[in-house]
Amino acid sequence: MAINESCCCSAEEEAAVQAAINDFEPIRTNLIPILHRIQDELGQIPGWAMEAVADKLDIPLADVWGTASFYTMFDLKGRAKHIIRLCESPPCHITGAKKVLEALKDELGIEPGEVTEDGLFGLELVSCFGVCGVAPAMIVDHQVYGNLTPEMVPDVIAKYREG
Amino acid sequence: MSEVAQEKQDLPAIERCHVLICAGAACVASGAMEVEAAMKSKISALNLEAEVSLFDTGCVGTCDLGPVVIVYPEGTFYVKLKPADAEEIVTEHLLKGRVVQRLLSKDADHVEVPSIFEHPFFAKQKRIALRNLGVINPESIDEYIAVGGYASLGKVLEMTQDEVIKLVLDSGLRGRGGAGFPTGRKWAFAKAVEADQKYVIINGDEGDPGAFMDRSVLEGDPHSVIEGLAIAGYAIGATQGYAYVRAEYPLAIKRLQIAIDQAREYGLLGKGIFGKFDFDLEIRKGAGAFVCGEETALMRSIEGMRGQPRPKPPFPAVSGLWGKPTIINNVETLANVPAIIQNGPFWYSSFGTETSKGTKVFALAGNINNTGLIEVPFGTTLREVVFEIGGGIPNGKEFKAVQAGGPSGGCIPASLLDIPLDYESLQKAGAIVGSGGLIVMDSDTCMVDVARFFLEFTVDESCGQCTPCREGTKRMLEILTKITKGRGTLEDITKLETLAKAITQTSLCQLGITAPNPVLSTLRYFRDEYLAHVVDKTCPAKVCRELITFDILPDKCTGCTICARNCPTHAISGERKQAHVIDQSACIKCGECLVRCKFDAVVKV
Ligand SMILES: Cc1cc2nc3c(=O)[nH]c(=O)nc-3n(C[C@H](O)[C@H](O)[C@H](O)COP(=O)(O)O)c2cc1C
Ligand code: SF4
Ligand code: SF4
Ligand code: SF4
Ligand code: FES
Ligand code: FES
Repeated sequence: MAINESCCCSAEEEAAVQAAINDFEPIRTNLIPILHRIQDELGQIPGWAMEAVADKLDIPLADVWGTASFYTMFDLKGRAKHIIRLCESPPCHITGAKKVLEALKDELGIEPGEVTEDGLFGLELVSCFGVCGVAPAMIVDHQVYGNLTPEMVPDVIAKYREG
Repeated sequence: MSEVAQEKQDLPAIERCHVLICAGAACVASGAMEVEAAMKSKISALNLEAEVSLFDTGCVGTCDLGPVVIVYPEGTFYVKLKPADAEEIVTEHLLKGRVVQRLLSKDADHVEVPSIFEHPFFAKQKRIALRNLGVINPESIDEYIAVGGYASLGKVLEMTQDEVIKLVLDSGLRGRGGAGFPTGRKWAFAKAVEADQKYVIINGDEGDPGAFMDRSVLEGDPHSVIEGLAIAGYAIGATQGYAYVRAEYPLAIKRLQIAIDQAREYGLLGKGIFGKFDFDLEIRKGAGAFVCGEETALMRSIEGMRGQPRPKPPFPAVSGLWGKPTIINNVETLANVPAIIQNGPFWYSSFGTETSKGTKVFALAGNINNTGLIEVPFGTTLREVVFEIGGGIPNGKEFKAVQAGGPSGGCIPASLLDIPLDYESLQKAGAIVGSGGLIVMDSDTCMVDVARFFLEFTVDESCGQCTPCREGTKRMLEILTKITKGRGTLEDITKLETLAKAITQTSLCQLGITAPNPVLSTLRYFRDEYLAHVVDKTCPAKVCRELITFDILPDKCTGCTICARNCPTHAISGERKQAHVIDQSACIKCGECLVRCKFDAVVKV
C-alpha cells in the first residue's frame, strides 16, 4: 500500500487530526467530510491520520485507504507547498492552454505530475473546473487565474516564490 | 465648499442607485474583488454610502467581459473593469451622473450599448432558471424573498402531494442533468413507494468539461435551488435532503451554506416550515471524481464509500440512499421548480417545442466571442445561439463545429447550424443536450485531436470496475494518439468503430456507454479529416505536431533575426538582413517563430 508511513508528526498536527475527527459523529457517512478536513488542515492525509480515522469510525484501515485513494483531491503522499492545476479540458485546450503549459514547464523546469526540487511547486493537469468563460485557466492552491497567456506565467509564479 | 461637497448636497439622501458587481468565479478570476474593493473605498471616501448600495451578484452570463458592474435603475453595463476604472465610475457616474462611455460594453459593430436591457447578448434569452442571476444579492435571503422567493414553497404546502406532482408533470419539465427524464414522473415513482424515510438530493457535481451553469446558479441564486429541493421533498414525502457539490466549487459551497443558514434562521428549513412540514438539508462536498455525478455513485459517496456506480434497477426512487427511496435532481432542474409553481405549468410549457418544454441554460465556451451563460427556449437554433447571442467566431475565423453535451455528446458541423436545440434534434444528429455545454470550435481545431481529448478525459475518469470501459477506452485512446502522430492505418479506423460498439453495449453506466460518442460523431462528420491523418499523413487544421512543418518564405523574410533569437533549439540560422532558414532536424515545432515573426514570413505547412 502506498500509505505514507511516516509517523513523525508534530503535536499540532496530531491535535488537528483529533479535532477534525471529534467534530463529526463517528459514522461512515462522515468519512469523506473528515478526510476533507484533514486534507485542509495538513495539506495531505498521512498514514497515521488514516489509522486514527479508522479507529474512531471502527472500520478497517484498508477501507479508509480504499475510499481515500478513490478521490483525487485527497493527497496520500504529500506533494508540494503550492499545487498548480492547469485545466486541460477542450475549452481551455483550444484557447491556448498548451502554450501556457509550455510556459509553466519552462518557468518551473518540471513536467506535469512532478514537483520542483525545492518542494515549492507541483504541476498538475486537471479537467474543467467551470471557469471556461475565462479560458485558459489554472488554479494555484485556491486562487483561480483566467484568460491566461504564456507571458503572465512568470509573474504569477513569482508571487508564490516570494511567499 | 468644495465642488464635491457642493454636488453632494444637491442629492437627496435616499439610495439613488444600486450597483451590482458580478462575483461569479470567472469574474473573480479576472479581478472582480479588487474592483469591488476599489469601488467601496471610493464610495466611502466620497461619503456616498447612504445613497449608493453596492453588492455582489451571481454570474451575469458575460464571463469573458469580466469583471462587470451593472448600475441600476438605468441598467448601465460596465465591462472589463480595472480598479482604476471602478473609481472613475464612482466619481463620474455615481457622483455626477455622467455615464463613463469608454467602459460600456460594445456591440458587434463596436458601438457602445447604453444598458443591459438593450444588450444583444440578452435580447434573445428567456431567463427562468437564471432569473435572479445578476438581479439579486445571493447572500441575502431578504432579496430572494422580495422577488417572490419561498412563496412557491408556501403555496405548495397548501396543496396535496399528488397535486404538486401533477403540476410539475404538466409543465413538461425534464431533468437538466443529462438524461432528460421527466421530473414529475420521477417524483411520482418515489411518492408511490411506502417507506419510513425518504431522501432528496441536489446533484451539483457538474463535471462535464465546458459546462458551468450549475456552478453559476449555486453561486448566484442558491435559495431557488433550496426551495426547489424542499418542494421535491414535500412532493415525495422526504424530510432530509443533501446537496452534493463538487469540491472544485468553493464559492458555490460557501454561498449555498450561507443560504441554508439563513433559511434555517427564517424557519424555511428545519422543523415546522409554515407550520406544516419538516425538512432540512446538508451539504456534502465531492472530492474530485467525475463519476460521482452519476446518481448511484453519488449516493455511495454520500454513504462514505468509493463512488462507483451500481447496476439499475433498482432505481434510486425505489432503493437509493441507505436503501431508502431517493430522488436526485440536477441544480438547474430544481432552480426551475419555484418559477413553475409561481407562474403555472402551462406558462412554462408555452416555451420550447412539442417534446422539449421550457428553456435550457447553455454554457458557451471555446472559440466564440461571447463566452458565458445563456438561457433560451428549447428549439432556438444553433445558429442563433452561436452567431446572434454568442457574437460569432473571434479573429475572423470560420465556424467549424460545436461539441454539444461534453464527453458523452457529439459534434455538430457547420452544415447543421440551423438545427433546433432540443432533445430529439440533437440526438438525431448524434449529439445530446446533456448538461448544456456548447464548445465552439473554429477552423484551426483538429477534430481528431478534440476527440482524443474527450477520450483522454473518459480514460482518466473511468472508475475502472468494468473492463470494456476501463480497457476499451484506453485502446481507443491509443489508436487516436497513433493517428494524431501520423502512424495510423485505415484498419485503425475500423478498429475504433468496433471498439466503440463493444464499449457501448457492455458498459455498466452511462460514462462508459457514451464514452465513444465524440469519436463516432467526429468520424461521422469529419471522416475526411481522419483519412487525411491516416492516408496523406497531414493534419488539415495544422494542429498535430508530428504532421506539420514550419517554413520560412525567403521572399517575405526581412532577416530581422527575431525568430532565430527566440527559437528554443537554435534551429533557425541566417545572416542579418538575409533570408533565414529552419533546420528541420532541430525544429521541435513549438511555433514560437510563427508567433514572433512580424512579417508573416513563417508558415505552417
Ligand atoms: C458519469 C456521469 C456523470 C454525471 N454527472 C452529473 C452531474 O454532474 N450533475 C447532474 O446533475 N447529473 C449528472 N449525471 C446524471 C445523473 O446520474 C442523474 O441522471 C441526474 O442527476 C438526475 O437529475 P435530473 O433528472 O434533474 O437531470 C451524470 C451521469 C453520469 C453517467
Ligand atoms: S462504465 Fe466505466 S465508469 Fe461506469 S461503472 Fe463501468 S468502469 Fe465505472
Ligand atoms: S517551430 Fe520552434 S523549434 Fe521550430 S524553428 Fe520555429 S521556433 Fe524553432
Ligand atoms: S522573424 Fe520573420 S522576418 Fe525576421 S528573420 Fe525570422 S522569418 Fe525572417
Ligand atoms: S475547460 Fe478549462 S475551466 Fe472549463
Ligand atoms: S462570472 Fe461574472 S459574468 Fe459570469
